[in-house]
Amino acid sequence: MKIDLNVDVHHLTRVEGHGNIRIVIKDGEVKEARWDVVETPRFFEVMLKGKHYSTAGILTARICGICSIGHCLASLRATEDAMGVIIPEAAARLRLLAKHGETLQSHWLHLFFLAAPDFLGLPSALPLLETNPEVVHLAQQLKGLGNRICDVAAGRATHPVSLQVGGVARMPARERLLALRDDLQRSLEYIGKTADLLRTFRIPVFERETEFVALKGETEYPWIGGRLVSTDGVERAENAYREMTNEYVVKDNTTKWCRLSRPSFAVGALARYNNNHRLLHPDAARAAADFGLVSVCHNPFMNNVAQLVECIHVTHDSIRLIDELVADEKAPTMVDVTPRAGEGVGAVEVPRGILYHHYEYDENGYVVRANCVIPTTQNNANIHLDLPALAKQFAVEGMTDEQLTLLCSMLVRSYDPCISCSVH
Amino acid sequence: MSYLGIEFSELRIAVFDFTGCEGCELQLANKEDTLADFLRVLKIINFREVSSVGGSDYDIALIEGAISRSDEVERIRTIRARAKVLVALGSCACFGGVNKLKNAYDLAEANREVYGDDPKETLPVRPIRDLVTVDLEIPGCPVSKAEVEHIVQHVILGIPYQFPVYPVCLECKQRYTVCRFEHGQICLGPITRGGCDAPCPAGGLGCWGCRGPAADANFEEFFSLVKARGFSDREVSERMNFFGAFEVRK
Repeated sequence: MKIDLNVDVHHLTRVEGHGNIRIVIKDGEVKEARWDVVETPRFFEVMLKGKHYSTAGILTARICGICSIGHCLASLRATEDAMGVIIPEAAARLRLLAKHGETLQSHWLHLFFLAAPDFLGLPSALPLLETNPEVVHLAQQLKGLGNRICDVAAGRATHPVSLQVGGVARMPARERLLALRDDLQRSLEYIGKTADLLRTFRIPVFERETEFVALKGETEYPWIGGRLVSTDGVERAENAYREMTNEYVVKDNTTKWCRLSRPSFAVGALARYNNNHRLLHPDAARAAADFGLVSVCHNPFMNNVAQLVECIHVTHDSIRLIDELVADEKAPTMVDVTPRAGEGVGAVEVPRGILYHHYEYDENGYVVRANCVIPTTQNNANIHLDLPALAKQFAVEGMTDEQLTLLCSMLVRSYDPCISCSVH
Repeated sequence: MSYLGIEFSELRIAVFDFTGCEGCELQLANKEDTLADFLRVLKIINFREVSSVGGSDYDIALIEGAISRSDEVERIRTIRARAKVLVALGSCACFGGVNKLKNAYDLAEANREVYGDDPKETLPVRPIRDLVTVDLEIPGCPVSKAEVEHIVQHVILGIPYQFPVYPVCLECKQRYTVCRFEHGQICLGPITRGGCDAPCPAGGLGCWGCRGPAADANFEEFFSLVKARGFSDREVSERMNFFGAFEVRK
């Protein structure tokens, strides 16, 4: 039996940014399998040069419309590291709350609007408005809450305004925090219904062994700063991020690629889960077990489940943070900053994985050099290498071009790639 | 479809992204309390970020991002030829946005710094209006979804939409936000077009001018104000150049 299959996806839909998939199978043999990023480069690292330290976070937030809070936080951390700034405890809590809001907003956006249509046999979530309004209602409630948390903690969900070098500009009003707390508590029921929906999805059975990189949690599931760890046993300090990423330029791609112990590695919800699952809230751990998510999981499609598990964890953790914030609402949220020459690194777990910003400042606080390593940049080589393995496994009798196209598209979407980000 | 007894047809729209962060598109899916109603009045013909259906029989094209590569030049011309109405959505599409900061650097040098010996194609960043006729510009970084909804309501009902002519300052007063200058910060609120509801000053950050100049902005008074408050020329021009929305100040 001759198996000939072709996949040619130009500008994959339901992902952020522009990428292409190409697969050629002849006589059952994978001749070609590629993931190419063709996004227009923006040169943020160059634009940062000569900018004031207070501008860096505002500028780099614009790298990404979905994880602007994460970029801003990595930027602030790098600047504060360079200038020896220690932010107040209340500011750290507010930043983490903003981060949690972004994780919820982004994960729900991905699960409901980008990933779910494939599992429901739909081209988009839009037909659900008529056929399954209750699912749209769930999405609205959950994603809306994520955005409201960002609004309260960061001043705005996309391109935050209150997150500044030295801390956070203001403590939100008590009643706004408490209203969020009520909404978070209520949202657990909506999350339960979402889990029921996800349980009906048939997640493709596919594994390709790879390495997973994340921040290393010591006492808490990690989001902002700390040591770097991989499932192959590599461990580095935050400022040794270059040894963890090893970025390099590839032909025909505007993104770079990364590698560590193997030709590629993965970051994101599944990588965080694989490295830090012991630190999850019990409800989140229970959901993981319920979905058969076990560390180290090498099925990239399970990133969807890992995102759900993280949403449960983050919802509980947000309630904790609000309780701590309202218990000491007069606490300072800002410290004074004196610019000085120096170098600093900030590592933050953003929805799609670990993000690094690295700046060098002159004595007046202007950027001399900058480097940003984006999660999807780290995932691109892994996606590229998954494709031939996936194609090989599914190049079986009865497989059609359309079915394989869908499978390959779903695989890429599982990584929730942020392609504009990866090119920046 | 009808509303309040007024008949209207749904808007056949497409959304396309160019050089940018896709944050303005994301706003279309935000403001969840009215999202279902908003989507019901739109017929989405092409919106790559949320749908795999990609048609070309749209009436209104929303364009996000600026132009910085030759394939983008081709694409925007094709879209212009198809669309009855072309809308620039957000500061990148309207002014070039933060991407335009790149134009101040030597591009060959920039390419070498980021990509080493394997340079990638890149052109100086241009706003959409430099390439094709733009029927409507909705500024903002990101755009305000409330303003987008307001504009859509006007289009549906056939009423001309008028952007505010007043500056952001007025909206701070309406919200009881203490002036950022009183906190010792620089703020472009006095010269920037209102309509965003001033979220930045309320969140503790002076305005960065993402919506461009207000129709009745008093630049002379603004420059004397920032000078009197001791802000340096470098600081003022860094801010005014940030979104490419103001002419470069020498």
